[in-house]
Order: sequence, then structure tokens, then C-alpha cells
Amino acid sequence: MEIGKKMENVRIKTRVVKSNVMMILSTLAALYGIVFLGWILISVLYHGYQSLNLQFFTQDPVPPGMPGGGLKMAFIGQFLITVVAALIGTPIGIMAGIFLAEYGRGTWWAMFVRNLADIVISMPAIVIGAAVYVVLVAPLHSFNGLSGSVALAILALPYITIATDEMLKLVPKEMREAAYALGAYKHYVIRKVTMRAAKTGILTGVILGLARMAGEAAPLLFTSFNNDHTTFNLLKPMATLTITIFVYATGPYHEWHEQAWAAGFVLTFGVLIAVIIAKFLVHGGSFTAPFMYVARRIAKINKG
Amino acid sequence: MKLKQVLAVAVFAGSLQGAMAWTITGAGSTFIYPAMQRWTLHFKQATGNVVNYQSIGSGGGILQVTKRTVDFGASDAPLTPAELKKRHLIQWPDAIGGEVMAYNIPGVGNYQLHLTGKQICDIYMGKIRYWDDPRIKATNPKLNLPHIPITPVHRADGSGTTWIFTNYLTKVCPAWAHKIGFSTSVAWPVGVGGKGNEGVTNYVMRIRGAIGYIEYAYYKQNQNRLKAAVLENKAGWWVAPTMQTMLAAAKQANWKEAMKHDFYMELPNPPGKYSYPIEGPTYALLPLGKSTNSYVLQFYTWVFNHGDADLRALDYITLPDFLKKDIMAYWKKHGLSW
Amino acid sequence: MIELKDSGVVSPAVSMKRNGRVGNTLFKIAAFTASALIPIVVITIFVVLFIEAYPAIKAFGVWHFITTKSWDAVDNHFGAFTPLFGSIYVTIWAFIFAAPISIGVAIYITELAPNWLKPIVTTAIELLAAIPTVIYGMWGLFILAPVMQNHVEPWILDHLAKLPVIGFLFNGPGIGIDTLTTAVILSIMITPFMSSLIKDAFGLVPEVIKESAYGLGATRWEVIRKVVIPYVSSGIFGSGIFAIGRALGETMAVSFVNGNNHNPGSFLDMLSLLNSVTTITVTLADEFTEAVGRLYLSSLFYLALILLTISFSTLAIAKIIVWRLERRWRT
Repeated sequence: MEIGKKMENVRIKTRVVKSNVMMILSTLAALYGIVFLGWILISVLYHGYQSLNLQFFTQDPVPPGMPGGGLKMAFIGQFLITVVAALIGTPIGIMAGIFLAEYGRGTWWAMFVRNLADIVISMPAIVIGAAVYVVLVAPLHSFNGLSGSVALAILALPYITIATDEMLKLVPKEMREAAYALGAYKHYVIRKVTMRAAKTGILTGVILGLARMAGEAAPLLFTSFNNDHTTFNLLKPMATLTITIFVYATGPYHEWHEQAWAAGFVLTFGVLIAVIIAKFLVHGGSFTAPFMYVARRIAKINKG
Repeated sequence: MKLKQVLAVAVFAGSLQGAMAWTITGAGSTFIYPAMQRWTLHFKQATGNVVNYQSIGSGGGILQVTKRTVDFGASDAPLTPAELKKRHLIQWPDAIGGEVMAYNIPGVGNYQLHLTGKQICDIYMGKIRYWDDPRIKATNPKLNLPHIPITPVHRADGSGTTWIFTNYLTKVCPAWAHKIGFSTSVAWPVGVGGKGNEGVTNYVMRIRGAIGYIEYAYYKQNQNRLKAAVLENKAGWWVAPTMQTMLAAAKQANWKEAMKHDFYMELPNPPGKYSYPIEGPTYALLPLGKSTNSYVLQFYTWVFNHGDADLRALDYITLPDFLKKDIMAYWKKHGLSW
Repeated sequence: MIELKDSGVVSPAVSMKRNGRVGNTLFKIAAFTASALIPIVVITIFVVLFIEAYPAIKAFGVWHFITTKSWDAVDNHFGAFTPLFGSIYVTIWAFIFAAPISIGVAIYITELAPNWLKPIVTTAIELLAAIPTVIYGMWGLFILAPVMQNHVEPWILDHLAKLPVIGFLFNGPGIGIDTLTTAVILSIMITPFMSSLIKDAFGLVPEVIKESAYGLGATRWEVIRKVVIPYVSSGIFGSGIFAIGRALGETMAVSFVNGNNHNPGSFLDMLSLLNSVTTITVTLADEFTEAVGRLYLSSLFYLALILLTISFSTLAIAKIIVWRLERRWRT
């Protein structure tokens, strides 16, 4: 009997030790993630900050070996292309989300589009760029900034659609019913009541979608291409921060590397600030929000 | 009042020049890129016109100019007259440059490593894998070569620099000629691929034990971290890549003959005691019929008249005067005006 | 309602009426069209790619293209095997690295972190997802690759390459530009997605079930392993698939550090972590703007089509499996 009890104790202790070890490993895993985040951000901060000065933002590049020069054309190009992409993608995304939530809820069409959107979010960005090249670059016989905007808009579109859909679904149906009871037409209800209620969440989705698309370089490789000079012409090749980082970081010149870090600094912290603002707006809005769809489906399983 | 009028006229004239300034886009060779950077900068300072050149590799230049998505292309791999006709292009050389075998071997300084063509072949075919291999020691008896693996760096993209390099290997190495051949993009048996001359330079600088073929200007601009090898030329002499040897090789170019074939030329491994073996001209490609043709020719006229200083600053070989005249006659022959 | 025309005040009901039925229909049509754009764009992309890839499909067929190793622009003979293998292989290793980390992170956030720390850690992990992929690539090239070349890989070459059965996995030049570094970077990139999904899935397990397990004397780890994870296994599976889909399509983070080696040698060489490979995305990025020759460009589009099909199918199949599991749970 004594031996049995002792063995039992040993077994329990083993299990407890094993559990503790696993918990420590899990903590280390979390630490691993945070360490890498810190390492990357601090590297970008440290190397990038050194090369920031006024002419970095106000001058176009000069050949390596000659003093001065900056990345003005990349900042302007990035801004223009991103803004145009937002102008293309946001209205379409929001309208699509409205359709899914307000008109098509539960229908097979909505399910189909919604699932398709989930898939498009994870589609290889470079393949989208290649397709846009065939449609918008080859026929025009010129690389152009507009095709870059279209490629980015395609990337942001499903994200905004899903975010709008989710946020509108969260608006309690009582609110809509109250508006209908007052005699309002459906489109009025959507625009003035439901959207207003969900506007913070939708805004978050839009910001996050745009932030993700602003950090892309692959789809721009064969659409907006690149330019050494500042231009406002969307029908011609245009520089972007992301492509410039790609070109400069893989180049051999020390000046290019410094400028790549500085551009990386601006890009990274710009995107991160946008994401943090978005999170402040809606507690729980996350960059990985569309994937919450999967989690929510599971909740439905388990509640039932 | 007078001052205001003068200022008004000046602003007007300035904006007029700005308004009349044109922009063209070119793409291609990374080989000529260091020179292009200076040419386009000085051209803009002189005339206000903008030439946007993107260094994407000669393969890219050829493709994009054929598709007419750019206004001119640049390639160190010349096209044959038949190819030019098919694509409705014309080509002409704008500079000649040497290719350096750059290496990163701890303890081995500049111009210390001696390599024959056969050794380079064997390295790039994977037959010689370590720097202290007896075959390399044979030509470098006094060097203290470490036992580290050789990482041959080549181009991952379609490259005229590769064309010149593999053309050289084809001429000095029957095994290479038989198995692999020369082109802008070949089936490399071993090694790591960098994008553009820039990428290859980057990799050689970073990887201990690496060796790569890069255009001379890239070596010159990074001399603190890159070392160049001394090569054996066709005449059997050891030559380092210097202005003297590259000039000697350039002098071997038979332009009179090349002119009959749209300036097509395979220069590597030329004869001559002082000739540097890995070298070639680099070309501009013009898409016939595009409305911007005259602008491109204006740019290149400026380059021929004023661009030599930029070429010399980076140790490219400038074209002889008679050749420039022949090129402009070639333009006229194709009915172009500028 | 009475319209007080003179005072200019119009009651809400009337202004609503003004927008009217026409507005309703127009709005619905506009919204429907917007929603239809997503399937239209997807179909267009597939069609465009197929049309461009057709010459290569006709020349090389399907099976032959996928199994041919050579990628020869001189002979105009192209095969997808090397980049396809590279894409899949790098993704597998990224998943192997990311999966335990992601589960660990999820466990930490849901079970171990004090309440005040939870949102901070969650946000930190999410910020990893927000970092642009070019930055991952640049950081990988400038910072991680030298560390790998100078510290990690020499150790691996000294100790792991000589092991009997699995030694071939660790043989290679060890220059820091290889599959290992690529897999590490990719794994850091996909960890936030996976861990976020797993964390959310963990959070859906009813407390009751966990409490009863504790009541029976289970340790924390046992509760997680034997109760929580099986409960949300479909969610974890789905998260894994999404992470894989994302990794397959990644270009920038990979192209800086993977070596772009289209001819890595024997198959055994290709399997080595310390060897450099290429992926479909990197091949596209490097060679697209310069594929001279109809068949060359067409082969690249063929590669793109293959990647798109794999990515699409993987995600679609994952969704179907989750849906099926759902239905089973419900009945």
C-alpha cells in the first residue's frame, strides 16, 4: 500500500512538473515573439533615424558618391498611389460589405462572396500584380502608377468588405427596426442609421486595410515600376517607398542602404501608428480580424 | 516697376522651359547604370529634360523596349540583325566596360588572386569547391588561401553582364561551351543568384568566400570591400583590370566589321598582350516608330558630345570619335531625325 | 404629414419620401454590383493568367511541367519543379517553426498572462503582423543573415551536419542566405495570424468544461492538451491552413534572403536547410520584367497560375473542412 501511494505521488509530481515545463515553454514562446518584434523595431529605429534629415524628404536622389539627395519622389509617389487605391477600393468595399450585411444576409450569394473575400485576402500579391500588368500596363505601352493603385485596391477590397460586413452585423436589429417604424426607406436606414452606428468599426477596417496595402511592394513591381524623379503623372511610372526599399537594400552602395533604412523607418512607423490608432478606435479591432470569422463559426458550433 | 517686369519675364521663361521639358523612360542594363545615373543628372541640369532610367537588367531592357512600354532600352547583350528586324528595333553602343572577378577571401588583398579562364570555369561548374584547392594554389603559390568553401555568385535576372561573362567562358572552356553556352540567362550549375550588378556586388561583399563577376564601376565604387582578380588573357599574359588593360582590349574591337551587322560584336577574350579578357560594349536599343524617338536621340547626342567625362570618372572606355559619327549616320540611315 | 412650405421646414418623413423607391432600387443595385466585383475580379485574374500561360501549357503539358527540373532560357525549356518545390518546402519549414510558437503564444495569452498584461502582449503580437513585408526582408538581409552566417550556421555545420540519418538536412555553404533564414523570417511573419486565431479559438471553450477537468485533478497542460485543443481542433487546423496560404504567396520577405538559386543541384541538395533555393514568387519577381521570348513569359504566367491554384485550393479546402466539421458538431 505504501509503495502504491509513493508511486502515485511520483506520478502526480511528474505530471505537475511536465505541466510547469510546458507553461514555461509557452511563456518563452510569447517572449520569442516579443523579442523579435523589439529587435526588428529597434533595428529600424536605430538605423533609420540616423539618416533622416530635411533633404531626405525634399530632394530627389543623386548618384552614389555625390553628396545630398533624398527620396522625395518615393514619398510623393507612395502617397499618390495609396490615396488613389483608397479612393478606388474603399467605396466599393463598403458598398459590397453593405450588400452582404443588409441585403444578402444568409443568402448563398453572400456566403459565396464572403468566403471568396476571405480567400482573396490571402492570395499571392505578386500574382495580382502580374494579372494587372496584362490588363493595364501592356495595352497602354507604359508602366503607370494607376495600375499600381488598382493592384493595391484589389488587395484592400476584400479586407474592407469583410470589416464592413462584420461591423454592420454587430448593429442591433432594434435600431434598424426603429428607423423602419418611422417610415424610412431601406437605403436611408442603411446610410443614416446603421452606417452611423457602425462607422467607427468600419473606419477601423478601412484604416487596417489601407495600412496593409501600403506596405506591399510585390504587386507594384510590374505595374507602377519605379522612377528616379518626382512625378504627379499617374499614367507614367511612379516611385514608391516600398519598391525603393527593395531596390536600395539589395544594392551595393552604402548610401542606398542608409536611405533604405530611413525609408523603412518612415514606412514602418507610419503603418504601425495607423494600426494603433485603429485599435484605439475600436477595442478589439485587429489586423487579423477577418480570420475571426473562423473563430466565430466555431463559437456557433459550440453554443449549439 | 522694371524689376517686377524682369522678374515676371524670368519666371515666365523658367516655367516655359519647365513646361516644355519632356520626360522619357528607359530601362535595362545594370552594367551601364552607374554612368546613366550621372548622365541623366547632368542632362537634366543642362537641358531640364528628364530621363528616368531603371536598372532592371539587360533582359528586362530588351523585353520592355520590344513591348514598347519604355522609350529606350539598354543591354550589354547585343541583338543580331535578324532579332532587331523581328522586334523592329535598332541598337548602337554607348560605352565599353570591363568585368571584374571580385572576391571576398579573408587575408587575400586586391590584385593578389591569379585565376585562369579554366579555373573560373571549374569554379562556376562546381568542380572546384574550396579556395585552398591545389588547382588554385598552382597559380597562387605565395598566397595563404584559407580552407573555406567558394560561393560563386551569378545573376538571378536576365543579364547582359552574364552574356559577356558566359561568352568569355565559352571561348576559354570547351566543357562550358558544350554544356551551358552563353546567353543573358543560363542554367548555372552552382552558386547564389543576385539581382542586377547591384545584387551580385552586395552578395560578394557580404559572403565570406564569395566570388562574382561585376562591371568595373561597381568594383571601383566599393573598393574598400571588394578585391579584383588578375586574369590570364588570350596571349597568355597575366593582366589586372586597369584602365590600360581595358583600353588595350577595347582597341581590339573591329567596328568596321560590326557596323555591317548593326554593331553586333563578341569582344571577350580578345588577342593582344595587354588586353583584359572579360570586356564588352554596352548598347542602347530604340523602338522604331515610337513618338519619343527624337527625344531619345537628343539625349544620346548630348551623351556623345558631353558624356565622356562621366564615363572616364567611372573607368568605362569611351567610344572613338569615328564610331560616334558612324552611329549618327546609322540613325539617319533609318530615317530618324532629332 | 403637413408640409410647412412657407417656413421652409420639411419634416423628416417627407424628406425620406423624396428619396423614395427609386433611390432604394438604385442603392441596392449599386451595392450588389460592388459585391459582385469580388467574384468578377477573381475570375478575371484566373482567366487572364490562363490566357497568358496557354502557350506554355500547350508546349509543356501539366504533368511534364510540374516534374521538370530544368529552367533553361537558352533552350527554351522550362519546368516548374524547382520553384514549386522551393515554395512548398520553405512554407513547410516556416510552419514547423511557427506552429509551436503560435500555440505557445496563445496559451500564454489565454492562460498565463496577468490581466493587465494580456492586451499589451496581444497588441505586440498583432504589430508583428502589421510590419510591411519589405521591412522583414530588409531586416532579414541586413541583420538576421549575418547572424546566421557568423554564429548560428557554423554551429549547425559543426554539430548537426554530421548526424547519421538527418545530417543531409544541414549540409550546405551556410552563408546565411538560404532556406533556414527564409523559413525563420516567414515563421515570424505568419505567427501573429496563427496565434491570433488560436487564441480566439481557445477563448471560445466554455469555462465549465475546463473547470470540470480541473476538478478531476488535471494539470494545466493536461487541460490544454486533452480538453481545449481537441475542442477547437478545427479552428486550429483552419488557422494553420491560413498561415500556410499566406506564406506560400509571400514575395518580399523571401526574396531578400533565399538565394534565388534556380539550379540547386541534386534533390538531396535541395532538401538542405543551409542551401539556397527559389520559390515561385521570387522567380516571378526576378524574371518577369525581362522574360525575353514568348515561351519564357508564358512559362512565368504558368507558374503564377499554378501558385494561384494551389493557394486558392488550399484555402477553399480548409474552409470546406471547417464547414463539414461544423455540420458534424451540430447534428
